[in-house]
Amino acid sequence: MSRQSMSKAHKKITELSWEPTFATPAKRFGTDYTFDNAPKKDPLKQILRSYFPMEEEKDSRVFGAMDGAIRGNMFRQVQERWMEWQKLFLSIIPFPEISAARAMPMAIDAVPNPEIHNGLAVQMIDEVRHSTIQMNLKRLYMNHYIDPAGFDMTEKAFANNYAGTIGRQFGEGFITGDAITAANIYLTVVAETAFTNTLFVAMPSEAAANGDYLLPTVFHSVQSDESRHISNGYSILLMALADEDNRVLLERDLRYAWWNNHCVVDAAIGTFIEYGSKDRRKDRDSYAEMWQRWIYDDYYRSYLIPLEKYGLTIPHDLVEKSWERINNGFYVHRVAQFFATGWPVNYWRIDPMTDTDFEWFEHKYPGWYNQFGKWWEAYARLSKPNGHKPIAFEDVQYQYPHRCWTCMVPCLIREDMVTDKVDDQWRTYCSETCHWTDAVAFRPEYEGRATPNMGRLTGKREWESLHHGRDLADIVTDLGYIRDDGKTLIPQPHLDLSDPKKLWTIDKLRGIEFQSPNVLLNEMTDAEREAHIAEYKANPNVTTSVA
Amino acid sequence: MASPTTERSFPKPEFTGAEAGLLDFPSSKSRTYNYFTPAKLRATMYEDVTVDVQPDPDRHLTQGWIYGFGDGPGGYPKEWTELRSANWHAFLDPNEEWEQTIFRNNSNIVRQIQLNLANAKKANAYAGWSAGWVRFVEKHIGAWMHAEHGLGMHVFMSEQRSAPTNMINNAIAVNSTHKLRFAQDLALYNLDLTESIDGFDGTVHRSAWHSDPVWQGVRENVERLTAIGDWAESLFATNVVFEPLVGVLFRSGLVMQIAARNGDYVTPTLVGAGENDYDRDHRYTRALFSLLTKDPEHGEHNKRVLGEWLERWVPVSVRAAQELQPIWSQPHEKVLTFADSWSAAVDAFREFLTDLDLPEPKELSA
Repeated sequence: MSRQSMSKAHKKITELSWEPTFATPAKRFGTDYTFDNAPKKDPLKQILRSYFPMEEEKDSRVFGAMDGAIRGNMFRQVQERWMEWQKLFLSIIPFPEISAARAMPMAIDAVPNPEIHNGLAVQMIDEVRHSTIQMNLKRLYMNHYIDPAGFDMTEKAFANNYAGTIGRQFGEGFITGDAITAANIYLTVVAETAFTNTLFVAMPSEAAANGDYLLPTVFHSVQSDESRHISNGYSILLMALADEDNRVLLERDLRYAWWNNHCVVDAAIGTFIEYGSKDRRKDRDSYAEMWQRWIYDDYYRSYLIPLEKYGLTIPHDLVEKSWERINNGFYVHRVAQFFATGWPVNYWRIDPMTDTDFEWFEHKYPGWYNQFGKWWEAYARLSKPNGHKPIAFEDVQYQYPHRCWTCMVPCLIREDMVTDKVDDQWRTYCSETCHWTDAVAFRPEYEGRATPNMGRLTGKREWESLHHGRDLADIVTDLGYIRDDGKTLIPQPHLDLSDPKKLWTIDKLRGIEFQSPNVLLNEMTDAEREAHIAEYKANPNVTTSVA
Repeated sequence: MASPTTERSFPKPEFTGAEAGLLDFPSSKSRTYNYFTPAKLRATMYEDVTVDVQPDPDRHLTQGWIYGFGDGPGGYPKEWTELRSANWHAFLDPNEEWEQTIFRNNSNIVRQIQLNLANAKKANAYAGWSAGWVRFVEKHIGAWMHAEHGLGMHVFMSEQRSAPTNMINNAIAVNSTHKLRFAQDLALYNLDLTESIDGFDGTVHRSAWHSDPVWQGVRENVERLTAIGDWAESLFATNVVFEPLVGVLFRSGLVMQIAARNGDYVTPTLVGAGENDYDRDHRYTRALFSLLTKDPEHGEHNKRVLGEWLERWVPVSVRAAQELQPIWSQPHEKVLTFADSWSAAVDAFREFLTDLDLPEPKELSA
């Protein structure tokens, strides 16, 4: 279709909407934002007559590549280290995708602009596409990769795992609370515009380097839809800016959304890229370098900063703090260490790091070996069952961390941990901003104005407290992380499947009591708690020597 | 001669032997999603890519919803409808819609329509239309695009956020897609006719929809459907009541019957595509509400509620249909009466209600 006829066609379909006079559409999803003065901003023009064939063609390419990968036996050359992390990633990501589809009517309810409604409707269909195409990719992995365990229980594991909860924010955050906070600022302006770059572009390139060209095929196809979504988000943002009263809410939501995306997405994708890769060429980009390119330069400098011309205060401090945590604070590495510590309650296997990995990490992140080297050596040494317990329950001078009540990633940059009694409970937070999110932002009043539509943090947010005081073997049995012989664990702290004796079984977890740091914290006296927090924050958590 | 460039390195392919079947170990043959029971012995592609993607505290979700609304729980509360189910997850879409079916089916339709329109232009097919038929198409086919759009954008779109399972929400999302595409098909057809037929008024559809008395009942019905808060009620009032009594009545009961007699072989190809959409949407709707009326624990409660919804919505749609009656006499070639079309629509509606084990509302026999 020519540009001129596309333009005419688009103009014509804007005639479809009308102002109702008999009944007012139900307001199912509220917002505290107002759009009384908003100019009508057009998103990217899209009509379904050209959209469907375009997407079908994109699908054909994806499915053709899938057939080719099977015929060419791609799995003969994929790295197991990489594929194992996909068990976690691909269990999480279809839910945020489908949540984005569900978020579209929230934005439609909130924004009085039929042209944007059209763009949001197309996005809804895109998101159904993304969710189901990703489930299908995972199905292919399950069918053709050497170890299907973990892929086979994917959605159940996602729903009962400690890491699933972290990822679930990147989905529930799109569909709950204030419609604009959720479906526009958190989902579109921050998650899709900034963080899909690392999710859907940076990570697939690492997949290719590890022999997996299907992840790039599927996710680049997904990413090619994102430009329309970014356009939707930007149009709504500009409309919101027209009402002065929205400014304080926009600034609140940019802070929350930026920080939560950083905490959650960088934790996960950083770990997949840095610890899932066998590609240790010195000139391949580290996650920090990718972040600098895709988030700092492409998003922060090219998208966020220009919004200042509209008088919006950009959270520069949080961008810099995120960068500091990634580049100098070992944020990603601390998360990876936490995931590896928790291996018995995973549904994937984690490969020990080797000397080659150590060298690369030290090259990219100077000081890495002093902080993590000895611990990973201990991890490797304790990886095969030999009468000892899993590393989390052996003395390797690693103190199991507190969870952040808000982002649910543990408080890993320990000196930054904030502790506060909120809603009659002692809670720990990984940072000042996560504390602010719970104690200040997600409340019915913000800076003196009523914000009844703002969401609430709910649920059993500390996974460990579900299992406090229980035997580890019972926990893992209940979670279902056991293979089909009824005893071998799905998770393993190594990749060697060749010898059953090297595989951990459920009996080796029997007799180990599991504890919740938050339950223990709330049982302490004031003096005990203060001493504990001071000690926690001062503890560098470094393995210096292992007997 | 090429200038020297910075030396680049490349990842090295490595044969890892990570393909299925190379080793035998526990779970090495566990190659099906094992967290749900498929409807048949083997899970379909649809089930694999749809079931449990949206978590549920009643199934595997152990920590509950981690965000709530300011005035209530988050996630997908079952209380967002008055209907009850012993197991909402029992619903599976009989159309088995997932992304591949959505794009294949809709692409086929838009291609077919574009071919038909291109050929019609080439064959000068509109030249034989009477002035009366031109007026009919510009006004009434034009007005109908708004009904389809309103349902797609403001009824089904929001329902797909509100139902409690991924299977229900995806089926409704596809329904929304159908309506939006069909509305656009009609709008772009209207544009095509404006450019092809001298004197074709491409704007009159708006005034017809806004103020022509024959369309005000339909517009009121559609607008009231958008105002329903209970997702199941709006789905029921739209697909079980409005569609058979008004949608099918207009599309199949009128346009599909009379267009050819009025020298128009193009319009039925578009409207037929809309009817085909509704056939698919009717299938999932019937499956869903049948499940609810036959629910072992809540069937009687659901039938009572659905009965109340029939009492509320049948009169609205009956009135909308009856107010449309004058347009049956507008075309030059009047091949059937409103009474004939209405009788067929009511028969289909009765059959639908019988399938759902619901009583016939009194308005039908009035």
